[in-house]
Amino acid sequence: MKDNDIKRLLYTHLLCVFSIILSVFIPSFFLENFSILETHLTWLCICSGFVTAVNLVLYFVVKPNASYKRSSLSHKVTRFLKCCIYFLMSCFTFHIIFVLYGAPLIELVLETFLFAVILSTFTTIPCLCLLGPNLKAWLRVFSRNGVTSIWENSLQITTISSFVGAWLGALPIPLDWERPWQVWPISCTLGATFGYVAGLVTSPLWIYWKRKQLTYKSN
Amino acid sequence: MPYTTYLVEKGASHNFVAEAKPPTVTMPRIKALMTGSLPGFIDVVRNLNSPALLEDNVIRQAKAAGKRIFFYGDETWIKLFPKHFVEYDGTTSFFVSDYTEVDNNVTRHLDKVLKRGDWDVLILHYLGLDHIGHVSGPHSPLIGRKLSEMDGVLMRIHTALLSKERETLLPNLLVLCGDHGMSETGSHGASSTEEVNTPLILISSAFERKPGDMRHPKRVQQTDLAATLAIGLGLPIPKDSVGSLLFPVIEGKPMRDQLRFLHLNTVQLSKLLQENVPSYEKDPGFEQFKVSEKLHGNWIKLYLEENKSEVLFNLGTKVLRQYLDALKTLSLSLSTQVAQYDIYSMMVGTAVVLEVLTLLLLSIPQALHRKAELDISLSSPVISLLFYLMFLVLSAFHVIVCTSAESSCYFCGLPWLAACGVMALISALLCAIMSVLTKIFVRGSLPSKNPAHPNSGWSELDLLMVFGTVGHVLSLGASSFVEEEHQTWYFLVNTLCLALSQEIYRSYFLRDDGEPQCCFHVEQGFAGATPALQDRTGYDMQEQDRVHMSSSLSEVLRGHEKWMVLASPWLILACCRLLRSLNQTGVQWAHRPDFGHWLTSSDHKAELSALAALSLLVTFVLVQRGCSPVSRGALALGLLGVYCYRAAIGNVLFPWQPDNRDISKGIIEARFVYVFVLGILFTGTKDLLKSQVIAADSKIKTVGLWEIYSGLVLLAALLFRPHNLPVLAFSLLIQTVMTKFIWKPLRHDAAEITIMHYWFGQAFFYFQGNSNNIATVDISAGFVGLDTYVEIPAVFLTAFGTYAGPVLWASHLVHFLSSETSSGSALSHACFCYALIGSIPVSTYIILVTSLRYHLFIWSVFSPKLLYEGMHLLITAAICAFFTAMDQTSLTKS
Ligand SMILES: [Zn+2]
Ligand SMILES: [Zn+2]
Repeated sequence: MKDNDIKRLLYTHLLCVFSIILSVFIPSFFLENFSILETHLTWLCICSGFVTAVNLVLYFVVKPNASYKRSSLSHKVTRFLKCCIYFLMSCFTFHIIFVLYGAPLIELVLETFLFAVILSTFTTIPCLCLLGPNLKAWLRVFSRNGVTSIWENSLQITTISSFVGAWLGALPIPLDWERPWQVWPISCTLGATFGYVAGLVTSPLWIYWKRKQLTYKSN
Repeated sequence: MPYTTYLVEKGASHNFVAEAKPPTVTMPRIKALMTGSLPGFIDVVRNLNSPALLEDNVIRQAKAAGKRIFFYGDETWIKLFPKHFVEYDGTTSFFVSDYTEVDNNVTRHLDKVLKRGDWDVLILHYLGLDHIGHVSGPHSPLIGRKLSEMDGVLMRIHTALLSKERETLLPNLLVLCGDHGMSETGSHGASSTEEVNTPLILISSAFERKPGDMRHPKRVQQTDLAATLAIGLGLPIPKDSVGSLLFPVIEGKPMRDQLRFLHLNTVQLSKLLQENVPSYEKDPGFEQFKVSEKLHGNWIKLYLEENKSEVLFNLGTKVLRQYLDALKTLSLSLSTQVAQYDIYSMMVGTAVVLEVLTLLLLSIPQALHRKAELDISLSSPVISLLFYLMFLVLSAFHVIVCTSAESSCYFCGLPWLAACGVMALISALLCAIMSVLTKIFVRGSLPSKNPAHPNSGWSELDLLMVFGTVGHVLSLGASSFVEEEHQTWYFLVNTLCLALSQEIYRSYFLRDDGEPQCCFHVEQGFAGATPALQDRTGYDMQEQDRVHMSSSLSEVLRGHEKWMVLASPWLILACCRLLRSLNQTGVQWAHRPDFGHWLTSSDHKAELSALAALSLLVTFVLVQRGCSPVSRGALALGLLGVYCYRAAIGNVLFPWQPDNRDISKGIIEARFVYVFVLGILFTGTKDLLKSQVIAADSKIKTVGLWEIYSGLVLLAALLFRPHNLPVLAFSLLIQTVMTKFIWKPLRHDAAEITIMHYWFGQAFFYFQGNSNNIATVDISAGFVGLDTYVEIPAVFLTAFGTYAGPVLWASHLVHFLSSETSSGSALSHACFCYALIGSIPVSTYIILVTSLRYHLFIWSVFSPKLLYEGMHLLITAAICAFFTAMDQTSLTKS
């Protein structure tokens, strides 16, 4: 049972990684002179769209939270709207945090906001898919001993690794190498993406490695 | 400057842009102009107290040749060249806020001297422009006035010289040059383009009158002037000069003279090269020199044969070009190679620093355990034998090195007693390390087995602190990170705030899953004994402990207080963001418009006044709550005095006063504030002494500490420029918020609080507008309330003004720990942590700089940072001494 779960987790994660790789290569067939660095904003939009789509599809196909009850249409609609609001809120919160970290307030607003969007795509959307708009559950998952399933555990790992990736991505900005990827926010978005991918790849392996020690409260 | 412009455009003159090498401080620059050599960074330190110049220089040569030299101006010259001038009058350059009298002092001699004409060389050094830059920046309206005054002076000199030339028929040379430029902030010392580029105009009737190219003057080195002057005066070129002759100056001479001058210069340079570079024969410049010497010989032969054909001319120009190339290469290779390092002294210093650091690191587990007792036994026979052995070996080594080394070495120059003292110190420290190591080794087997720390394990906050410290230390190896160190600290402080907010939220929303169990918080420190890898159980224990301990408190806080706790990290973040946009520092983004520049521009004086008044008010409200009534009144009057002082020197306005009234130096107002500063500090000390004598009331001690703290705040308010006063207000605000809503409810331990204070102190150092660049030191702080330059108070005030941020945070730490924690060892733990966290970057940096001493940016980036770190270390030591004194009082009391 558990090994089976881990396998499913691995496949879904590989699919996510695949979607990111696709977002790098597919647009170059349709758009002229597309490259990650030069048309960075386009890539950001496409990438966040791809990752969102894959996450939603996986959510409907795999159904990781088994306890989810069938409910009425209106309930579903309010739930969906709530999710949208949460997503937007998280985008704005991230934007505010970036500004507090020293991102320019007026210039490059679009760039900063798209960075916020892509970071929310990597972190908030999986949370919304798995946990729903439930702040208490989020807080529970992100404290150390609050995880109740491998899905939540992997969610924890990918989210934290995306944050750490974005955080580390800010480090090369002051260096005077004058590379195109040192421009705000490219290094941070790339860092977040690498962090997310690394989290996706390592979390099933880590859970597999630690499967003997991991015991979850509810099962 | 219309007359100068006229001379440059129409007159017989040559104009250049002379590049000054950093450090762009007056004394090294005068040295460079007169000796033609490249002074090192140690000269910045000596700038304050310049000893006589020993190297060969133009002035000495001129004196030896019997020239009469007159000097008026900056007294640095008189210190550098004592007894060289026949007549002189020095003005002190340290009283920055005066910019009229310093120059009048020079100009008043002018008429008399020009009329007499019994001199060969006249040197004038005007200071006013530099002082205006320091006080009110490069965009001040005073600059224009000063420049036209200088233009008038130049015109007077030039016309006097011209009229005299008619009598004597000997051409005069008038050199107009600057010792250094002025940065965007009006200061100098570093290596920005504005500071490095200086004008150099040579005016003489001997030059051909030709329309000079005003727009694109040739770029030359400042060191080139010495060689040119020496040639022009017919003197030998100074021995250590690395400059090459300014060729346009001799262009008017016959070919034979031109070649001779160039030959003189190249011979001097190649001699210098022979002395400094062992493999000088392979140097391309030297080879070119040999070739051109041979060609020159051929040319002379042709010339003596009186072959006046075109061949001669062509060969002449060829030799000329060859010589100029040789000069250029020689000069270049010399200026890169002359830097010598005194490896032996560097190694001795590094050894001492490393040993102290090792000792500190080794005593982490001991010092953070129950009682901070560092008992290092030096008396055991083995250790003392080791000590004597080490001492003997080191002394022998010292003798060998100092007798064999041919180059001069600072450490060998020390008297023998001092050298022996250093050797004894090194060996004593080594023995102490050995004894601590053996103790750990002997005891090591016992405590490692029993799990002594049930709740050990690092929270995210501790992890962040460790990684932050390590990351910061590593980042010092990259020159960009040193230039932009403020970014590192802002980044770390922001992350710290986010980590704190995460901790707060977790403990408030998940308070229900802790077991009802009495856990009091144990003073533990960041636990050097814990292994780095923990298993989940360790995490769980720690987690529950933390959640529980704060949950018990969250029930106590109600209503709006809870909301304040939840909002406080965000409030602090917002404050930090505002402060960050107040002063843009560093290198890459320093030119960005910032709020500070907007405020200091003369159009926004009203806004600046309002902001300064508001900040002073906030400061008063936040500081007065801990004071006794007497010092509260003193504080209020003192802050009022600060505003009056700023109004008196014309920085801010009183609403009822007209805009342009005469500006005074504000001596009375500043001294009025000093009286209150001293008064408050005195009351504080009195309270501390009382608490020690009476030994009953710990409250008196807290009040006393707070009063010392508020005295320092008042002093900082006086020294800060008005646009920086919000930094002070925000610092107090953040301290208040942190104390009330974060440290008290979450009960961090002493080590964590110390590190947080340290980080915030560092961030505030940069919020003030400082950087790792000499130019940002605000030396006008050293002249507040002083009539003439007095060395000790000026140095002290400048140092305090620069390091006000870290000092204020550290004194707040002392007050906080002695008032909040009940356990007596908290202070000593904090002191230990402070010393450790302050010394880790310094010692790592010393090693880094030693290994990077051939780095391209060693003089422009790494050395200034080293100076800052050294100063910071001194201040850290002073703070730790204060800590220890506090600790002693608390120990004697209990
Ligand atoms: Zn100067
Ligand atoms: Zn100056």
